[in-house]
Amino acid sequence: MTNNKIFPAFLWMAIALLGAAALGGIALNRGESINALWFVTAALCVYAIAYRFYAAWIAASVLIIDPTRATPAERLNNGHDYMPTNRWIVFGHHFAAIAGPGPLVGPTLAAQFGYLPGTLWILIGAVLGGCVQDMVTLFFSMRRNGKSLGQMARDELGAIGGIAALIATLLIMIILIAVLGLVVVNAMKHSPWATSTVAATIPIAMLVGLYMRNIRPGRVLEGSLLGIILLLLAVAGGGWIDHQPGLRELFDHPGLPLAWAVIGYGFAAAILPVWLLLAPRDYLSTYMKLGTVILLALAIVWMQPHVKMPALTQFVDGSGPIFGGKLFPFVFITIACGAISGFHALIASGTTPKLLSNERDIRMIGYGGMALESFVAIMAMVAATVLDPGVFFAINSPAGMVGKEAADAVAKISSWGFPITVEQMSLLAQQMGEATLFARTGGAPSLAVGMASIFGSAFGQGMLSMWYHFAIMFEAIFILTTLDAGTRVGRFMLQDMLGNIWPKLGETSWYPSVLLTSGMVVAAWGYFLYIGVIDPNGGINILWPLFGISNQILAAIALCVATGILVKSGKLKHAWITGLPLTWLTLITSTAVWEKLTSNDVRVGFFAAANDLAAKLATGILPPEKAAVAPTLILNQRLDAVLAIFFVCLLWLIVLDMLRICVRHLNNKPVPPLSEIPHEVTRLEEAWQRD
Amino acid sequence: MAKRLNVLLLRGWHALRELSGDNAYELYLKHHASCRTDTPALSRKDFFLRQQQQKWNGIKRCC
Repeated sequence: MTNNKIFPAFLWMAIALLGAAALGGIALNRGESINALWFVTAALCVYAIAYRFYAAWIAASVLIIDPTRATPAERLNNGHDYMPTNRWIVFGHHFAAIAGPGPLVGPTLAAQFGYLPGTLWILIGAVLGGCVQDMVTLFFSMRRNGKSLGQMARDELGAIGGIAALIATLLIMIILIAVLGLVVVNAMKHSPWATSTVAATIPIAMLVGLYMRNIRPGRVLEGSLLGIILLLLAVAGGGWIDHQPGLRELFDHPGLPLAWAVIGYGFAAAILPVWLLLAPRDYLSTYMKLGTVILLALAIVWMQPHVKMPALTQFVDGSGPIFGGKLFPFVFITIACGAISGFHALIASGTTPKLLSNERDIRMIGYGGMALESFVAIMAMVAATVLDPGVFFAINSPAGMVGKEAADAVAKISSWGFPITVEQMSLLAQQMGEATLFARTGGAPSLAVGMASIFGSAFGQGMLSMWYHFAIMFEAIFILTTLDAGTRVGRFMLQDMLGNIWPKLGETSWYPSVLLTSGMVVAAWGYFLYIGVIDPNGGINILWPLFGISNQILAAIALCVATGILVKSGKLKHAWITGLPLTWLTLITSTAVWEKLTSNDVRVGFFAAANDLAAKLATGILPPEKAAVAPTLILNQRLDAVLAIFFVCLLWLIVLDMLRICVRHLNNKPVPPLSEIPHEVTRLEEAWQRD
Repeated sequence: MAKRLNVLLLRGWHALRELSGDNAYELYLKHHASCRTDTPALSRKDFFLRQQQQKWNGIKRCC
């Protein structure tokens, strides 16, 4: 071995040893708090090794990336959507598109099992599952001129695959929007500061939209800077409003009116022109998101906070207060984004493949982009677990679980072995500028408290309430972007489907159709949001697992498409790279749905909960306010059961269809042909060299 | 030293402009000129509106 080979070998050995030591430290630590820097170290070493060896091997030996091949961006260059772009710029676009609120909320909820299961799943799931899914989907879409996942499923597997992908995408969108809406509602509930700040983001976005359209057309950076300054002022202004009697009451609302406001907002945003609200809001939320994530990473490295949550809690047995269900399979369902998220396959088969200037960039953008998102999930896990476990459970446990009164809640949480007092919670609420922090479910408030405490210790304790509301605003602004954008995409998909029945409905600019289909999409997610708000168990308990299941079923569909293509390309012996995560996802989603249907635990089983409530209603032991909503809740539990069955049938349908295609191919029977675009030599590099 | 810092800052500024889409119109004009078509180029405002409309027709943001 020569000298220039020995040094890298030693370097990678050192990284492997450091990573193993950090992971070992995290896994074996018991009874004492542990420095969060170990989490960061373990994560970075795992990503580095996986990226250097596994991703490089996939690129070179499985996908056989060809740097001399012209990409669609080069061949179809039209100056806007197809355009060869610098890889760092594509990385930025891709990361901004895939990183949403999911990796922040999922790990926060899964922290009820302790820090260890979630952390391990985030790391292992990402490097073996999520990153691979993103990378191969990006590659296959790029080799097909940037075709969408649905089109690839139809071309490569057949009509069944295509329809399954379409329906799964629409349904996941509806559940995703409902659950994110619920997270925002819970963050604004009885908080004039949070509500007024979130409300202010709407006119601010519109002002920025007008600026970019009329005052200084297309000057995106100027408009964004103006918007960010106004957003920061809105956070401070919310604090001022909170102290003005007469004014604060205007923004002090319980969950239900806030849910109606979010539903109304969603409808308005879907039918307004994009330049007025959606586009400018997205600019602001992207900068906020990137800025805050970088700030959080710096603060964690600088402050090195201690993780106080135990490695494992007793709730691995399924009795957890935040959501019911055992560690297996529910930790894998709860953390979808951050480990493996099917939604990414939609981005990786959308804009990104049309921008790549060279196939070489696939590894960095597909694999690297997901590794970075997984790192965001690790930071969310740190932010949730640096809180005192008692505080964490007090914020995240719904009133239906621990009782409505503060004294009951602290007694119950303390009895679990996580001591907490009413005084401690009141002081914390006061520091954060909130009336109460009990039962603020959904993950956003506890993440905000965690972030505020990390930022507070890094940049000054006096600003805790400001940091808290900054964090809430930051989460709300990009949740609302997802809500706007998701409703709009749902509308397009619905119009596309209805257009098959009556072509007029398929015209995306025909206003009656726009109103009708937007209304249908909003009504669908609005229904789940409404139920989530009136459910005394907090709604998150039902909606988040349903979201996780649907997101991972979408991932399974993407992995089916990829596995099918690998087998059809004669790469059967390497098909395990997608087959392995696919098997795991099929196992966990099927088990989760099975438990959701058959469990006798009313907090897990849909039918158990429906029957239990129906029996209580029949005997008349429910108090009148609960009896009034009971029939709706019973109906909803049954509907959720039907939905879960539907999801798992969809999954098995496409898995079996993929296996059928593979078996036919291996037996030399006709299958849909590979739709890869033929090889064409790139001229970009020589053009660049000439320049 | 100062020169190198200047180059670095300028590069960062260009990256920021490209990442945000601030220079999208200039890129479009450059592409339009290289195509040698007879149709006149869109104005900055029309280009911006068309671009926004196209951008949000598909799935652009994830969970």
